[in-house]
Amino acid sequence: MNILSLFPAIPVLMMLGLWLSRNLKQIHAVMVTGASALLALAIALVFMYLGARADGQAAAMQFTDSHIWYKPLNIHYAVGVDGISTAMLLLSAVIVFTGTFASWKMTDGAKEFFMWFCLLSVGVFGFFISLDLFTMFMFYEVALIPMYLLIGVWGTGRKEYSAMKLTLMLMGGSALILIGILGIYFGSGATTMNILEIAALHNIPLEMQRIWFPIVFIGFGVLGALFPFHTWSPDGHASAPTAVSMLHAGVLMKLGGYGCFRIAMFLLPDAAQELSWIFIILTTISVVYGAFSACVQTDLKYINAYSSVSHCGLVLFAILMMNTTAATGAVLQMLSHGLMTALFFALIGMIYGRTHTRDIRELSGLMRIMPFLSVCYVIAGLANLGLPGLSGFVAEMTIFNGAFMENDTFHRTVTVIACTSIVITAVYILRLIGKILYGTCTNPEHLKLTDATWDERLAVSVLIVAVAGLGLFPLWMSDMISESVLPVISHILN
Amino acid sequence: MEYTTLILLLPFLGFILLGLLGTRLRPGVAGAIGTIVTGVVAILCYWTAFEYFGAGRDASGVYPVMIPWNTVWLPFGGSLHIDLGIMLDPISVMMLIVISTVSLMVHIYSFGYMKGERGFQRYYSFLSLFTMSMLGLVLATNIFQMYIFWELVGVSSYLLIGFYYTRKEAVAASKKAFIVTRFADLGFLIGILIYGFYTGSFSFTPDAPLMGTAKMLLPVALGLMFIGGAGKSAMFPLHIWLPDAMEGPTPVSALIHAATMVVAGVYLVARMFPLFIGYAPEVLHITAYVGAFTALYAAVVACVQSDIKRVLAFSTISQIGFMIVALGVCTSSDPHEGGLGYMASMFHLFTHAMFKALLFLGAGCIIHAVHSNEMSAMGGLRKYMPVTHITFLVACLSIAGIWPLSGFFSKDEILAACFNFSPWMGWVMTAIAGLTAFYMFRLYYCIFWGKENTELHTEHRPHEAPLSMTLPLVFLAAVTLVAGWIPFGEFVSSNGQAYHIHIDWTVAGTSLCVAALGIAIATWMYLREDRTVADGLADRFSGLHKAAYHRFYIDEIYQFITHKIIFACISTPIAWFDRHIVDGFMNLLAIVTNKVSWAIRQMQSGYIQRYSIWFLGGALGLAIILLLV
Amino acid sequence: MVQMEYYLIVSTVMMFVGIYGFLTRRNLLAMLISVELILNSVDINFVVFNRFLFPGQLEGFFFSLFAIGISAAETAVAIAIIINIYRNMKNIQVRNLDKMKW
Repeated sequence: MNILSLFPAIPVLMMLGLWLSRNLKQIHAVMVTGASALLALAIALVFMYLGARADGQAAAMQFTDSHIWYKPLNIHYAVGVDGISTAMLLLSAVIVFTGTFASWKMTDGAKEFFMWFCLLSVGVFGFFISLDLFTMFMFYEVALIPMYLLIGVWGTGRKEYSAMKLTLMLMGGSALILIGILGIYFGSGATTMNILEIAALHNIPLEMQRIWFPIVFIGFGVLGALFPFHTWSPDGHASAPTAVSMLHAGVLMKLGGYGCFRIAMFLLPDAAQELSWIFIILTTISVVYGAFSACVQTDLKYINAYSSVSHCGLVLFAILMMNTTAATGAVLQMLSHGLMTALFFALIGMIYGRTHTRDIRELSGLMRIMPFLSVCYVIAGLANLGLPGLSGFVAEMTIFNGAFMENDTFHRTVTVIACTSIVITAVYILRLIGKILYGTCTNPEHLKLTDATWDERLAVSVLIVAVAGLGLFPLWMSDMISESVLPVISHILN
Repeated sequence: MEYTTLILLLPFLGFILLGLLGTRLRPGVAGAIGTIVTGVVAILCYWTAFEYFGAGRDASGVYPVMIPWNTVWLPFGGSLHIDLGIMLDPISVMMLIVISTVSLMVHIYSFGYMKGERGFQRYYSFLSLFTMSMLGLVLATNIFQMYIFWELVGVSSYLLIGFYYTRKEAVAASKKAFIVTRFADLGFLIGILIYGFYTGSFSFTPDAPLMGTAKMLLPVALGLMFIGGAGKSAMFPLHIWLPDAMEGPTPVSALIHAATMVVAGVYLVARMFPLFIGYAPEVLHITAYVGAFTALYAAVVACVQSDIKRVLAFSTISQIGFMIVALGVCTSSDPHEGGLGYMASMFHLFTHAMFKALLFLGAGCIIHAVHSNEMSAMGGLRKYMPVTHITFLVACLSIAGIWPLSGFFSKDEILAACFNFSPWMGWVMTAIAGLTAFYMFRLYYCIFWGKENTELHTEHRPHEAPLSMTLPLVFLAAVTLVAGWIPFGEFVSSNGQAYHIHIDWTVAGTSLCVAALGIAIATWMYLREDRTVADGLADRFSGLHKAAYHRFYIDEIYQFITHKIIFACISTPIAWFDRHIVDGFMNLLAIVTNKVSWAIRQMQSGYIQRYSIWFLGGALGLAIILLLV
Repeated sequence: MVQMEYYLIVSTVMMFVGIYGFLTRRNLLAMLISVELILNSVDINFVVFNRFLFPGQLEGFFFSLFAIGISAAETAVAIAIIINIYRNMKNIQVRNLDKMKW
């Protein structure tokens, strides 16, 4: 069996184990075993991938495997990874691992919750390893459906509304993707749905590309929080339970960026070059708009959701610049944003679990009450505003440098506009930190609250170590990614 | 000289260690760890300086630039990459000495000053972080590494200003400091991007002479970088964060907001000096005008402030203005031909760091003694705190530019450079120097002489600070006394060649006279217990006095821009737009779908007779259609 | 001899009376009676067409016998339903019977 197939297989086994388990202890045992196995597997994969590259394996995709499963449409279960997907798998594994610990205190319907959670991760892992358009789409859907139940059943606040909105908007996106995929398949005249083979054929007529590119890009863009299709994100994240927010903002939103890059731009390169300017404008709006919106929000999760709109906008912005540096930056930003935002959502969940409010006007002086969580919150905030030594800086600087390499007035202007987001980010992050962590606590109820427990400390520490690791030693990750981005970009530019 | 990497590594490890262990360490232990680490770093820095300058000049008569360690940290494709490394040249070695000395003094001083404070361990870990970042900034091998550490010093400053995080003012001040400098850093970043793109590298000196577009855009890039420098160095109109930053603990003000971080902008301009001179002398002169205006503005404001730390803060702004002016008035890189200002600026940076740190630490002792920043709580303290009094006086004389203290020598060089540039600039700067003497002695008299606040002082008798606090004062005062005699031009000059400092006695004489005049006026107005003259002047020019006291309402303008414009006119409408228009459109789609399905549903009335009418009508209709067709 | 058209007129009148009654009566029993009228008009048609157009054959007669049998059974079922409706709702007015929509 191919090593990559283990990624979706382990969560399936976990679901089986959860189904058999009888009490919370067994559930936790299954989850911890499975999540640790996934994390170990992802780390092992990174080393195996780097090893294969060091051995001179030059093929774009490594560890490939292919089995046909639907003959009439030539649908294969085709898997393979390059540096980008390896990085994404590592991110997903880290977040599944920490998400497990972040939802340690889940007791109502824990079994079902974790089963859906595992199904979600099946979809996520499957998406990143797939090379076949249809299989990829199938895993994409597998990742989306559990969201509805996870938010609708275990969420907070207006959960039914949010779950419905999120699911419907993302379903709308996936309908576009499906149309686009079929368009690509039939337009290319290929006898396979394998991405690499379709790309190698490279014979979709330009007129058709012009139709399919916007469709696929918007389809994935909905998940990547592209303005103006981002409004599911604030409501959805605000209502979702902690682990689901983490996985959703941390990994699922990256499916959007990944899909835009791997499918929309890679398979429809001519239209991508021709039409990129429209989407560059939209993403620039996303970047600034999200940041400004975050400045006046009062709900912790809304602030983070709008901040995600801004940061994910930067991902799409960077891949549309169509050069290796910016695209490397985009992948780094996906990683960095995934880790940071998961960290944020974990911390918000922990604070909410204690204070039962996320309204920043009702919170103050938490630093004295829960120092560990507060310090971690400050670190997450500093990472978010791009402090050197933490991951955000590495990603943003790579993106800005890459974007600046496009030497014409339009690209220069949007780059400068996008750069201003770093200032606005500082404004809302510091406002938030100043309001909720500093000062003196005004609510006597909050004085009794306790600091993080061991499971929370573990989840948060793992994420912080990852954020700092990526920020302090970006070289190996950046090399691994840029070496895989290069063939994609050169294919797009011919 | 690989051991220089330890200069960065040790404080970083200190920061990690203190940060992770935190309150598990006893305060004394944490402080000891921080101080010992800084002490070792200081020894390493002195040893580096000794070895570097001891190695002598190379064949072309300059101290060679040494890069003991350099590694690629993050590649950007093409020829661009961020390196982390260590670069030794005269100014970075000079800065090493300044930073490590002041940092060590502050570490020792804080033992006494911060004694018993909550978060003592945190304080020392932040100090280590700051020391590391600042050393990294000056040792940077390329402009991007400088930017990295630039941001890190910004954040250490943020953390330290907000050290008393339960106090609202401290939190607001820290936020303001970070955001204002961040805004300026945006300019810096874009400048770096332009610079990197057109020169093809981030190093301080491009490999080949620049041509075409690169040459045309370099002034823009340098100008944008200067905006970043102006933000950190509190140049008008980006100075507003510095007075507020005095909310932080006083030793922090001494270290960050007087001696080291705020001169980063000066250091940046000095670092890019060859490019400024070579490609953008006009930008350099603009910086001079900005610096001169800032110096004047800050000096005027300093004359009327009542909070002693604010007076010192404005005095710092004013003095940094002097340094920037000195750099800005350079017209060539030859110190004999209009390049004198470079050396003068660095010299003043050095001496200013020492005497301004001394002033702040002295102010810390005073605040420690009377538990207030306001002058009204002081007066007549000379008999309670003799050591503080004498050292403070030394620093005041030095900043006023009185022979033979260090400030005299460096200020004299600056004024000489200004007179070389244009007499106009020279006279303005001389006048500001006089103003400096006046407000410093106003401060001095208000603290140590004048009318004593007996009510407060009997209730709580002021006392001399403990040894851990007075020792740094004495040390810095000693440095201030002798630093002027250092043959600074031998080490640092604009083209690296040795330059013999010679005092131009016409300039020096004028400035001495002006300084003496300033002191005399201050003595006349503030020495006595009754201040009829000062109060009378304040009354007569009450509008001006009030405006100056409120710092000419610059803060209010900023307040207006941030709250009324950015928050109220941009963010709130955008958030509203998002919730009601963008999201509203999505909700509208859902509502329309709902309505349509409701309308269709109405046809299913459940009344069997209505169904049969539909059925019959349909059958008839079909029949008619079939018949007609 | 009575012409075929007279029979057809009778059955047509019965048919439309039945349809009118089915559409306008508010009482389920009246509606049932109207349905019976429609069915009977059809039965008449069967018999008449057989008698006049295909003399000597019996399919029409059999079909109408069959239809009478079916309608008897249908009436029985319908009345059973009506009785149940009456038990549950205490009346048999059609306008009250919209519980089963959607």
